Amino acid sequence: MSEIKWPYANEFGQEEKAECDVLVLGAGMAGCFAAIAAARRGQKVIVVEKGATVRSGAAGTGFDHWESACTNPSSRVTAKEIAEAYVDEQDHLSNGIAHYICCEEGWDRLVDLEEMGCKIRDTEDEFKGADFRDEETKLLFAYDYYSRFTLRVWGKGFKPALLKEMKKLGVKIYDHTEATALLTTEAGGKKRGVGAIGMDTHTGKIRIFHAKATVLTMSRPARLWLFNADLPGLCEFRPFNSIGSGHSMGWRAGMEFTMMEKSVRAEFSAAGSSFPPYSAGNNHNTWYACTMVDSRGVEIPYLDRDGNVLKTVKERYFPVKGQKFFLKGGVIDEPKYEYRGPETMSFDELMKRGYKLPFYADMSRMPEMERKAMWGLMIGNEGKTAVPVYDYYNKRGFDPSKKAMQVYGTGWTSASFSADERQLFGAPGGIMHDWDLKTNIDGIYAGGDQLFGSDCAGQASATGYYAGRKASAYADTVALEDYDRQQVDDEIERLYAPMYVEEGYSWKELNWAIAKCMKNYCGAIKNEALLVQGLDLLNTYRTEIVPKLSCHNTHELVRTHEVLDILNVAEMILEACRMRKSSSKTLCFERSDYPEVDPPEDHHFITIRQENGKAVRGDVELDYFGDLKTEYDKRNQDYINGGKK
Amino acid sequence: MKKMNELTVSVVPCSANPIQFDDSKCIGCNTCARTCHGDVLLPSTEQGKHPIVAWPGECWYCGACVLECPVEGAIRLEHPLMNRTKFVDAIPEPAAE
Repeated sequence: MSEIKWPYANEFGQEEKAECDVLVLGAGMAGCFAAIAAARRGQKVIVVEKGATVRSGAAGTGFDHWESACTNPSSRVTAKEIAEAYVDEQDHLSNGIAHYICCEEGWDRLVDLEEMGCKIRDTEDEFKGADFRDEETKLLFAYDYYSRFTLRVWGKGFKPALLKEMKKLGVKIYDHTEATALLTTEAGGKKRGVGAIGMDTHTGKIRIFHAKATVLTMSRPARLWLFNADLPGLCEFRPFNSIGSGHSMGWRAGMEFTMMEKSVRAEFSAAGSSFPPYSAGNNHNTWYACTMVDSRGVEIPYLDRDGNVLKTVKERYFPVKGQKFFLKGGVIDEPKYEYRGPETMSFDELMKRGYKLPFYADMSRMPEMERKAMWGLMIGNEGKTAVPVYDYYNKRGFDPSKKAMQVYGTGWTSASFSADERQLFGAPGGIMHDWDLKTNIDGIYAGGDQLFGSDCAGQASATGYYAGRKASAYADTVALEDYDRQQVDDEIERLYAPMYVEEGYSWKELNWAIAKCMKNYCGAIKNEALLVQGLDLLNTYRTEIVPKLSCHNTHELVRTHEVLDILNVAEMILEACRMRKSSSKTLCFERSDYPEVDPPEDHHFITIRQENGKAVRGDVELDYFGDLKTEYDKRNQDYINGGKK
Repeated sequence: MKKMNELTVSVVPCSANPIQFDDSKCIGCNTCARTCHGDVLLPSTEQGKHPIVAWPGECWYCGACVLECPVEGAIRLEHPLMNRTKFVDAIPEPAAE
């Protein structure tokens, strides 16, 4: 291939310094709301984003359903009920704080978005008279039409509106800047965050952000088990940029994490093992509760939680008699009995009864309102569906009133991964925090997917905003503390190193090697000997391959930095797996050398942090957050009485 | 330090062709290159020409480039052949036996 002239300025070796009260790293939904909360409180705010804020993050191009907006005016449940249900559903290995914030404040963030000009209700009466619409508020509901805590929204317009609002509030945004390291100092005998270092992804310029408080909203790790050098952009579900650099930065700074031993069999990716998300026929999440048929056209029965066949489409959206609500959506897919909603007959049972493959999702048999809500509102607005699914298949002739979309693989997953190919999904591990969403390092807060046990745009928005509030309160109490120049110099040396290697390894070769290492030594079934082997192999990569990584421009350099972060996170995961010496159903964690499942002595959070190059374990009791409503109310009177802004 | 002084880049091809420009519609504003989270596009240095899809394999297929493009139809997103979901005419319900 012929060489192209590098189109950006070359600013290697240059530095830019900026100061602020609150620094936000990552400008997805969580980061944008963190910045808005802080700016509304008069803070000088800087946001650092690797991509471009207008469409970056998992919800950058949209999302369709906002979970757990329990305080919306049509809701029939309380924040306490739903947050406690989530905690109970996950056997208390769950982030009660983040769930409660989402349940209590999620609706407030939707009101914010509406005030910014976004569409959160059916103002044009397109769905007038539908079972999922409240005629008074014009809000539309998903999943459980009785309890009404998950809302259908037009999320495609949210990110551009948030960007506009941040600009209006005077937030300084650094797009195309990768945050790579936290700056820390010792103050009052404790470690304290004083900012971060980053690099311009186009020019190589180093940026030093000096801050009183920092909010980490950099999503969660990926590309740990899944990699494909031909189509690396399709290896994972979350954006290509979101690979856990925030976790890696935290790990290097001594930040505490929990549940990092949890991983699930991969479900989402499209580099050959599945299809563009939300395009293949299924009846989960955005497609709930689509009518499914087999290849003969025989409809697949939906059952209530007791196994009774449901006769109408409408019944699929209501709890059974005596049940107040059911949990369904992106966070919980197959809940325990108490919270279980209607679901199709199991795949094995369908095979026994002679249903014929392949299956199809057939919206043509559904009432028009349901069909329009699914293929239109939801598939037109869900994360990366507007262009790659809705527009794409419409142009190819898909008409939901006449056509049916095929289901692939067994069951509804439309994916074919081995048990050793894993992902951090379904409320995985992440940053451990207190009721202020503060990490174990003073001055550093976190929100969104970077928190442990967190998922979905509603939770990201609510926790991001909350973290922005608490970071602002902290910033009001401290002065800008000096940072150690040595930290900056060491980081610049680390960041630029691959530019000095003339010929060597590419980021892809190392990423693929790490992914294979994880599959071989940290797959579905773990044991001590294999985990140690895995760590040993990663260590040889660190000592022998990392110094030979080579790049020719800043684009390759950014990808290389990401793989260095993936290497850090892989080590953290292997160490976290070693620490749990039993198996756990809730954490999808199986050890051949410790087969006992969830023994009482181990049924608690194990935390992990790095100190002097060693992994250090901590143990934290379940429900460390106390009674959710009581503890929330105690700490948030200013917000509750201040117009919920 | 030599490489830092002379940044070099060439298209890294892959098996797919995710982003396709219509030359007759593209105005060469480079909005798509500025929007892409994965930075898979390099802005064209030639006035009025469409950006270069330098790293097609890194495309996440989100469609942000299409959403932000000021000219409808100037950019088309195309899935890899293996990822085009199959759909059929809805199958009629079999007659009751």
